Amino acid sequence: MRWLSDNAVERLRQEADLPDLGSSKYLVIHKVGSGGMGSVYLAQDVDLGRKVAVKVMNEVDRTGALASRMTREARIVALLEHPSIVPIHDVGALDDGRVFYAMKLVQGKRLDEFASSSSSLFDLLRIFQKVCEAVAFAHARGVIHRDLKPENIMVGPFGEVLVMDWGVAKVLGDKPADAAAPTDDEVELRAIEDADLITTLPLAGAVESGDTGTGTVIGTPAYMPPEQAMGKTDLLDQRSDVYALGAILYFLFTGRPPFEFARSKGDASEQVSRERPLRPRQINHKIPRAIEAVCLKAMSERREDRYASSEEIAGDVVRFLDGQPVSAYRENVFEKAGRWLGKNRFIVLLIVAYLIMRLLVFFSVGR
Amino acid sequence: MNDHSNTGGPRDRFPVTRLSAVVAASSANPEERTRAFEVLVSAYWMPVYKYIRIKWNKAGEDARDLTQGFFLEAIEKNFFGRYDASKAKFRTFLRTCLDGFVANENKAASRIKRGGDATILSLDFDGAEEQLKVASPPAANAVEEYFDKEWSRSVFSLALEGFREQMLDAGKETHLRLFERYVLDVDDDAPKTSYKALAASFDLSTSDVTNYLAFARREFRRIVLEKLRELTATDEEYRREARALLGVDPQ
Repeated sequence: MRWLSDNAVERLRQEADLPDLGSSKYLVIHKVGSGGMGSVYLAQDVDLGRKVAVKVMNEVDRTGALASRMTREARIVALLEHPSIVPIHDVGALDDGRVFYAMKLVQGKRLDEFASSSSSLFDLLRIFQKVCEAVAFAHARGVIHRDLKPENIMVGPFGEVLVMDWGVAKVLGDKPADAAAPTDDEVELRAIEDADLITTLPLAGAVESGDTGTGTVIGTPAYMPPEQAMGKTDLLDQRSDVYALGAILYFLFTGRPPFEFARSKGDASEQVSRERPLRPRQINHKIPRAIEAVCLKAMSERREDRYASSEEIAGDVVRFLDGQPVSAYRENVFEKAGRWLGKNRFIVLLIVAYLIMRLLVFFSVGR
Repeated sequence: MNDHSNTGGPRDRFPVTRLSAVVAASSANPEERTRAFEVLVSAYWMPVYKYIRIKWNKAGEDARDLTQGFFLEAIEKNFFGRYDASKAKFRTFLRTCLDGFVANENKAASRIKRGGDATILSLDFDGAEEQLKVASPPAANAVEEYFDKEWSRSVFSLALEGFREQMLDAGKETHLRLFERYVLDVDDDAPKTSYKALAASFDLSTSDVTNYLAFARREFRRIVLEKLRELTATDEEYRREARALLGVDPQ
């Protein structure tokens, strides 16, 4: 019998761990990553001859709750057709009952990895803007993500941005007062939501149950707003995602999430609901004050103090990039002057050059 | 939709017939008991030997005698028949029996008299010694984990052996060679060979490589699970071990 090294055993274990997609048209190649509810694999679509990513439930689900959640996630994402939301190709079940869905293979880096490489302020803000736009698109269709974080965002080699992992997304019941009549997609989303008891399902990974509020604590504590950390699921709306966007912005400029926990997840939820994070400039004083203000406004403890929508936060980011004042920050005279000078640098340089030239001419003639 | 005729899907599968050797170890049928004993010895002798060497700090010769003595006594006194699946994993039970056995042998110092010199089981102790030489010893407080790890190694080794036999019997030598090249014949620190490189090396198309490897992987997984089924007593224990070993809940 051949002796197997530790590495050989591990490689064999990984091979045997790959799900049997024999009942589908996909051939699994290797595991890409793993989450609480499912794992994602690189696979070959035999019929179309292309590579895809296939997400498969981690465990056979005897109650059917996880299976219905995976199916629901696939259906929600399928209805959110947006360039920054990963498209779903197919959904099905394996022989062992595990639900899977196939989606576009996204190549690139997770935002947390991308941000840790040498990215400029401009690049990071442009990416962040695209994330906000994708989230705003989902919000316009009544869907909130509830687990936005850098690990759930992919940045492609050409700057494309994809918001991933809509496993704990929620379809909101109430549309804005000024909203038009629901579209077919929205009707479908409502039907999906009605079919699932989303706030009561105990989930693995990014989800945990809590005893501090009306329901289950869903999401990742480091990026979730206080109302989510307290399990007040009935209070979750677009502004909960706005908070998470602010937390992502916080991460992009400080290199760490707003909260870092050494204790258990239960303690983490309590900490999020009771404490305030350090101001970004306390961690990195080079962060522009306007960006810090955007970040803190999005992460306001009270929902009413946050941006009302993802478009609003995106709007402030665009204004900052264009050298305009942001709504979240009241500038003093010097800052206004500094921003004006920064924005009109070329004209200022021309004027200064002209004045210097005039002075030189004046003095040379005077002699 | 693909009918899997090319990929070696469900139609091509080998039959699954193995039953639990742990259960069969207490069977009234002597033939069944003998077969069960062989299965259990093949999976456990190496972890048992290494465990005795490491935990009990026994010299090679003594560890050989104790390993042989343990399994002989297990069959004579039907140790394994006393296993209660509701109390512990079989692996834990066996290790507990082993500790008791070695402790008793130490006290009685009667090991040699009771058959330590008589090599009845044909086990590759020299091979086990070679492995001990190349591997770093576990920490003193991690000997139980070491036993579990050696058990995993043993399960995968046996599964690989069974996989080879079955692939060759089924005339799927290319599948086997591809699998071994892709999974085993690689440097520990090197990245895996790409499918494209494998295709060039085996004079196949890349999609054939994908198909062949998918089939081989499926069969290997099935054989690992089959081996686990043999080495566990109950469905619950089987699932628990599968989850621990492979990270999945088997069908």
